[in-house]
Amino acid sequence: MIASILSLGAIGFLAALTLGFAARKFAVEVDPRELAILELLPGANCGACGYPGCSGYAKMVVNGDKIAATCPPGGSAVMDKIANIMGLAPITAEPKVAVVMCQGDNLKAKDKYKYLGLTDCRAAQKVADGPKQCPGGCLGLGTCERVCPFGAIEMTPDNLAVISRKKCTGCGKCVASCPRAVIRMAPLDATTHVLCNSHDKGALVRKYCEVGCIACQICKKQVPGAYEIENLLATVVYENHQDAPAAVEKCPTRCIRDFMVSYPDGSSFAEATVPLKKEDRAA
Amino acid sequence: MSGIYLSSSPHVHSGETTDKVMRAVIYSLLPACAVAIYFFGLPALLILILCTGGCVATEAVCNRLFKSKLSIADGSAALTGILLALNMPPNSPWWLSVLGAVIAIVIGKQVYGGLGYNPFNPALVARVVLLVSFPVHMTSWTTPAPLGSGIDAVTTATPLGEWKTAVMLTGKLPENISAGMGDYFIGNMAGSLGEVSALALLLGAAYLFWKKIISWHVPMTFVLTVVVFGGIFWLVDSSRYPNPLFHLLTGGLVLGAFYMATDMVTSPVTTRGMIIFGFGCGVVTVLIRLFGGYPEGVSFAILLMNAATPLIDRYTRPRVFGTAVEGKS
Amino acid sequence: MAMTKLKTFPGGLHPADNKQWTASRSIEFVPLPDELIIPLSQHIGAPAEVCVEVGALVKKGEIIGKAKGFVSVPVHASTSGEVVAVEPRLHPSGRPLLSVVIKPDGEDDWIDPLPQGDPDKLSADELKDRLRDAGIVGMGGATFPAHVKLSPPEEKPIDTLIINGVECEPYLTADHRLMLEEPERILQGVAILRKILTVDNIYIGIEVNKPDAIALMTEKCAGTDVKVVPLEVKYPQGAEKQLILAITGREVPSGGLPMEVGVVVQNVGTTAAVADAVINGYPLIERVCTVTGSGISEQKNLRIRVGTPLQHLVDFCGGLNGDPAKLIMGGPMMGMTQLSLDVPATRGTSGLLIFGEDDIPLVEQGPCIRCARCVKTCPAHLLPTTIAAYARLEMIDEAEEYCAMDCIECGCCSYSCPSFIPLVQSLRHAKAAILEKRRKI
Repeated sequence: MIASILSLGAIGFLAALTLGFAARKFAVEVDPRELAILELLPGANCGACGYPGCSGYAKMVVNGDKIAATCPPGGSAVMDKIANIMGLAPITAEPKVAVVMCQGDNLKAKDKYKYLGLTDCRAAQKVADGPKQCPGGCLGLGTCERVCPFGAIEMTPDNLAVISRKKCTGCGKCVASCPRAVIRMAPLDATTHVLCNSHDKGALVRKYCEVGCIACQICKKQVPGAYEIENLLATVVYENHQDAPAAVEKCPTRCIRDFMVSYPDGSSFAEATVPLKKEDRAA
Repeated sequence: MSGIYLSSSPHVHSGETTDKVMRAVIYSLLPACAVAIYFFGLPALLILILCTGGCVATEAVCNRLFKSKLSIADGSAALTGILLALNMPPNSPWWLSVLGAVIAIVIGKQVYGGLGYNPFNPALVARVVLLVSFPVHMTSWTTPAPLGSGIDAVTTATPLGEWKTAVMLTGKLPENISAGMGDYFIGNMAGSLGEVSALALLLGAAYLFWKKIISWHVPMTFVLTVVVFGGIFWLVDSSRYPNPLFHLLTGGLVLGAFYMATDMVTSPVTTRGMIIFGFGCGVVTVLIRLFGGYPEGVSFAILLMNAATPLIDRYTRPRVFGTAVEGKS
Repeated sequence: MAMTKLKTFPGGLHPADNKQWTASRSIEFVPLPDELIIPLSQHIGAPAEVCVEVGALVKKGEIIGKAKGFVSVPVHASTSGEVVAVEPRLHPSGRPLLSVVIKPDGEDDWIDPLPQGDPDKLSADELKDRLRDAGIVGMGGATFPAHVKLSPPEEKPIDTLIINGVECEPYLTADHRLMLEEPERILQGVAILRKILTVDNIYIGIEVNKPDAIALMTEKCAGTDVKVVPLEVKYPQGAEKQLILAITGREVPSGGLPMEVGVVVQNVGTTAAVADAVINGYPLIERVCTVTGSGISEQKNLRIRVGTPLQHLVDFCGGLNGDPAKLIMGGPMMGMTQLSLDVPATRGTSGLLIFGEDDIPLVEQGPCIRCARCVKTCPAHLLPTTIAAYARLEMIDEAEEYCAMDCIECGCCSYSCPSFIPLVQSLRHAKAAILEKRRKI
């Protein structure tokens, strides 16, 4: 027994010596600032900054001659702290969130055929330009929901994608994944949007969707600075977003929605009724 | 045109479905179940019911808990239950079967994501966990007491167990080792519910080959390797090592080779890979049987090779049409 | 006949044949519809450039769209009449594409004069020009311009010509009937192709489920050096690479074309059209097409004009039988589902299948159980289940490493999958992602 204790002890001691030596000899020099910045970053490795993961971004910040990109999920809270570490002036990054510009779920928008195959919007889009009659409407197969690293997107029971303003960090992955470009970025504070992505004539839109924009221009007449009609589709002018809610009730097809009041039908998100300060948003 | 379906090609299907495959394997196991009930009576029936029912119920509960679609209709849980039951000793207590069922489904299958995602054979995972945790219960064998014969079940050792004890004590084969080859074939020997009757199992395997559910690559390579490898040792010292026929007919080799090693989810998809898999199972089985601590090595051998399956798949990719080297463009 | 083993290729499968509906029905002429919709994009390569205006009066065979570039062919009017529209119309690809709409005047007058010719007096280049001007494309369904296929570069000498009479897709019998009813035309085409390519070996591959065609073609080829090769019935024997392997034993290298192994393959329908184009000066304005399936009242083989709306074909076949679930242009393994019967038939329309709900698998997708049926049947020897898993996980580099680009999209994998996983769709997704990645680099 003594022999085994001694021999195992000796092996353990030798192993410890070797490891200690290796830890010192082969140590990699890391700038402590890089480690500090990596601690601050959200750690989602979403790639929104354009760099390979959060460690890639931290490396860029420390080694580059200027901060070449901001971290949207980190937001201004994180960017300010990073600027502080690097001894730079605070960086103001205007928080943006992604919005699905469509309310055409199964109940409201018609299909042109029944789709069979991979439950993926990009795959479905390749089959005769997608199962929805509306060329720009949400296909509801959940590609954006799967791609979101923050779990901010849900599919309603009637197959419409809805994004939570609270959980969305503005990383933009959903925008890139949508084959119909129906998701667009908008300022966080802008709570009113024209939820339609179809440039078809009003009469045609009425045929395939109950809640599509028919470009009747009533919203623009109601609040001239806050709405603009281009190519038969109305959009909110986000510089004047605070005036936009006034036209919501006037829209004849109900395609304009104020998320401060409610999310699209079927959505489980409900926190829009409480005004959100930047600090209250989930990191 | 309303009601029109559009999809990517192809637009026809063979008609083969997962539940048809599972059902075919369940049917192929019916002879073995019948023999088990014949030789071991009502306790065998109870074990079958508890294991099968336990597995199906556990899977239903897991589906509910993980908020996934109810998957018991595909028949894979029931199949796992039957295979587990066939691996249990005949007079094992009821709670051992239930525990085994829960372990098989939860640890063997559901934690990985359900059907198709598990790396290890669920029934074997459960059997090995039970064997290691409850060694006495899992190695208490009884003699077969055919229904209506009036014989009482008596505790005894399996032929492989007898051999191991004899070799450890005397270094030589036990005396009556080859006396019961005929009995071993039809199932009149001690062992788990399913492993006793090579005849019943081979009948079922023939059905599976006919229905093209399994191919020869895994089971025949496994069996051949055991026979040849075991045979080499027998040729070297036939007073100490059993002959290849003994290896074939006793223990869980036939059950393991034709029903457990052939589990599609946990074995390689390439034909060369399947042969390597079968060969590996055979070698490890013989090594454990002859030199390991346990008398039977089939379960461990299969689980070890299950672990190697992704690696085997990676290195046995077929040569792609039009390429000179395997798998390269 | 000696009982020698039939030539074939590794992999593949045996779907239900379903050719008995139309195998013995002679080809029938379909009368002209009220409106012909002729898309300018009916072939691989650049779409033709329209060169007629609304109101123009055209003759049968007149060029209405000029070829653009080398890999392109002109498009012709399928009958004489008036151009009533030049606008986007629903196309077999599923989206509206520019088409010339012609209202037939009932006279069906050819252009005058037709560019007739004597193959013996024309040179190889002149023959190819005639084929190009006639708009000859591969009529097996791929619609690749024939004159391009017949112009391999000098460093790739061709020694073998294979005529594809296999028609491995279930349900389709158009090529079968063509071989039975017009073998002379096919052989005239073979002679012209022989002159263009100057080959040593000529084979006609036919599956043994068409014994009458094999017998007739063998009889017609007696005394010539054209060899009829009976092939084992297996899908996809008609795929170019598999056909070349079966008949010559040569394997086309990955990413390459048949010319790499000295072979050119042409469909029997294309070959017959070649004869018409050179000898009679007829451009490619009509073809044989099988209309079949449980969803149509009378199953027939039809001679149709390019641009005929599918509805017209359905009407000619007694109308629909019940509510259709799928309208398939082509065969059931590789055909394209259509949105409506307003879509026109084009130069590549070898078949129209009308399926009811009972004919199509409507089972929900399950998880992969690694049964390896897809691996066993894949004629390209790929691992479809692994590539599909990589595609789902967006691991495009790995999908490329597992040779997704070698997939011929035959459909054997999806057909065999017990979990109804859309493997072909996943592989197509992987291929598109790989091409996009290559474009970015």
